This record gives sequence, C-alpha cells and structure tokens, in this order.
Amino acid sequence: MRTDDLVRTLVADHATREGPVGRTFAIALVLALALATALFALMSGPRNDFATVVTDPRFVFKFVVTLTLAASAAVLVLRLASPGVEPRFSALALAAGPALLALGVLVELALIPSSQWTTKLVGQNYLICLSSIPLLSAPPLVAALMALRHGAPTRPAFAGAVAGLLAGGIGATLYAAQCTDDSPLFVATWYTITIAGVTGIGSLAGARLLRW
Amino acid sequence: MKEREALWAEMMRAANAGDAVAYQRLLKSLVPALRAAARRGLARARTSDADAEDIMQETLLAIHLKRHTWDADRPIGPWIRAIVHNKLVDNLRRRGGRVDVPIEGFEEILSADAPKPVLEVSDVEPYIGGLPHRQREVVYAILREEISIRETAERLKMTEGAVRVALHRGLAGLAKRFKRGES
Repeated sequence: MRTDDLVRTLVADHATREGPVGRTFAIALVLALALATALFALMSGPRNDFATVVTDPRFVFKFVVTLTLAASAAVLVLRLASPGVEPRFSALALAAGPALLALGVLVELALIPSSQWTTKLVGQNYLICLSSIPLLSAPPLVAALMALRHGAPTRPAFAGAVAGLLAGGIGATLYAAQCTDDSPLFVATWYTITIAGVTGIGSLAGARLLRW
Repeated sequence: MKEREALWAEMMRAANAGDAVAYQRLLKSLVPALRAAARRGLARARTSDADAEDIMQETLLAIHLKRHTWDADRPIGPWIRAIVHNKLVDNLRRRGGRVDVPIEGFEEILSADAPKPVLEVSDVEPYIGGLPHRQREVVYAILREEISIRETAERLKMTEGAVRVALHRGLAGLAKRFKRGES
C-alpha cells in the first residue's frame, strides 16, 4: 500500500469521527447502573429497616467508602483511556477509599470490646456478600471495558484493573444497601476480598481485550 | 519542536471542526516524523528497518482511528508519542525482538523527519483482502482507484452514508488485522 494512497483514504474518512471517550463512558455507565439496580431489586432490594438505618454512622460509612472508591476509580479510568495522559495524582487518589476504611477499622476496634471483634468481622452474610458484589459488578465492568475499548489505553492490564475497581465500587455500593452487616471490620474483610476479585478479573480481561 | 507540535495541534483542531484540507496537511506532515520514529525504534532494537514503512502506516492508521481520544485542550505531542511508542513496542513484540524501548528520548524523535524511502510502500495490501466484501470494495475503490465517496456510492449502488460507514469499518478492520497480522 502506498503511503500517499493511505493518506488520501484516511482524509476521505475524516468526516467519520467517533465521539469523545468521556461521553461514551457516561452513557455506558448510566446503562450499566440501570441494569445493576434492576438486578439489585430482583435480588431482594434494600434491607427492611433501610428507613431507620439511614442515619446510622456505620451504615452511612459503608457508602462513604464504596462511593469514594468508585469515584476515584472513575476519574483514573477515564485518564487511562487516552494516550499520553499521566495518571499520577489520580492513581494516588485511589488510596483514599482504603485509607478511609482503615481509619474506620481503627475507630471500630477502639469502640467495641475485643471479645466482639471476631463476631463482627465474620458477620452473618459473608457468603451473600461474596456472591452478590461480583454479580452486581458485572454490568458496570462490562460497560467500563467497552468504553475503554472505544478509547486507547496504553496500559491494558492496569486500565482493566481500574475498571474492575470502579465496577467493584459500584457493585459494593448497591450491595451495602441490602447487607445488614455494617461493621467496618466486616467491610474491610469481605468487601475487600470480593472487590479484589473483580479487580483481578478486570485486569485479566483488560490484558486480552484492550489492546488496539 | 514545540512550534511544530503547536502547528499539528492547530491542524487537528481544524480537522475536527470539519476541515479536510487541514487534515490532509496534518497527515502529510506526520508521515516523515512517524517514519523517523519507526526507523529509530527499529535501530534501537537492533532490528532491520525493512518494516519501517509498515510500522509508520500502522501508527498513522492508529492516530486516525483514535483521534477522538485527543483532548483539544492538551498538548498533542505526548498523545502522538504515546501512540508511536505503543505501536512500536507492539511491532517489536510481534517480531520477537527486544521490546524495552524507553519512551524517553522520543521527544526529539518527532522533531526530525526521515528522508523518503525509494518506495513508499508497505506490505499491508493483503490485509485488505480479508475484509468483508462490501468494506473491501469500498476501501479498494478509494485507495486504489482514487475515486471519491460520491463516485464510489454511484458505482457500488450504495448511499454515500453507507459508503462512509463501510469505509470507516474497513479501516478499523484493517487496523485489527494489521495488529494480529504476521506471526
């Protein structure tokens, strides 16, 4: 193929320009959120005492952690979608969610007697937690990976992992409304394990699907 | 170098606003710079530069297909260099050569132009043959026969919109085959 011919052909295609990555992300995530929320409603929806528990600090704290994680991952994944954008600060911001959670764990350890630590950590719903969060994370993970494919990530595995963190954060946020285990000890254990799993899946999928 | 990148950014902005002439000027100006980058990368990896034209064309195609990922408020240099680096590493990996091409040192790379080779031809042509029927016809018409989108539409009894879609998909498919390409 002659280079001149290629240039002429690319110029002929110049009117077909795809939309910005940010918009693709927004559309994909809104659709995924709707799907995940529908799944959540099918699974049993918010817990029965939701109305009374919305002011409970431990209950609210779960959302602070998961939403912080989701928001920081969303900012980073968007940067990773474009070549030549250094993610430095937004990569550091990913630590905000885990740092908050660690703080919450320390406060919880100070507040409750050590005889209760194990009970609070194990909780009652860890099996449901281990299965629900990945399920609720699936639609946002697929959406984020599709949006990344529309972009041009130069670090496919890393971008996939951050997509997994974002999806895990969204899945965990929905699940937190249903789960009756509110102790930061429970969250730090079971939420972390499941979100790490979703992140791993995202990373593996990214390495395979996000090369361009 | 800065002025050159500022010029590229300006042409890309004009192209994004619909200026086909600016887009053509941009691509023509990128070709020798990308060619120099490909040769330099191959030399660093101690690989023959016989494939430089292939790599340059693949990079140009990637820049075209991914141009919506450039944020017009950012400098265009780092964006182009990241794509050049990505395509170079990809190609070296495919060819089984060394792949630790540092992205540092790419700054000056885009400021130099490589002289034209005797033949500005790549070995990409066979990939077009693997495209779906309609896309192949459209890409061949525009690429080889140098006819316009309107003429292509008339000849193939398609609407201009359908020709545009087939052309774009064909180019995206070409990039994909390129990437999977040779073992």
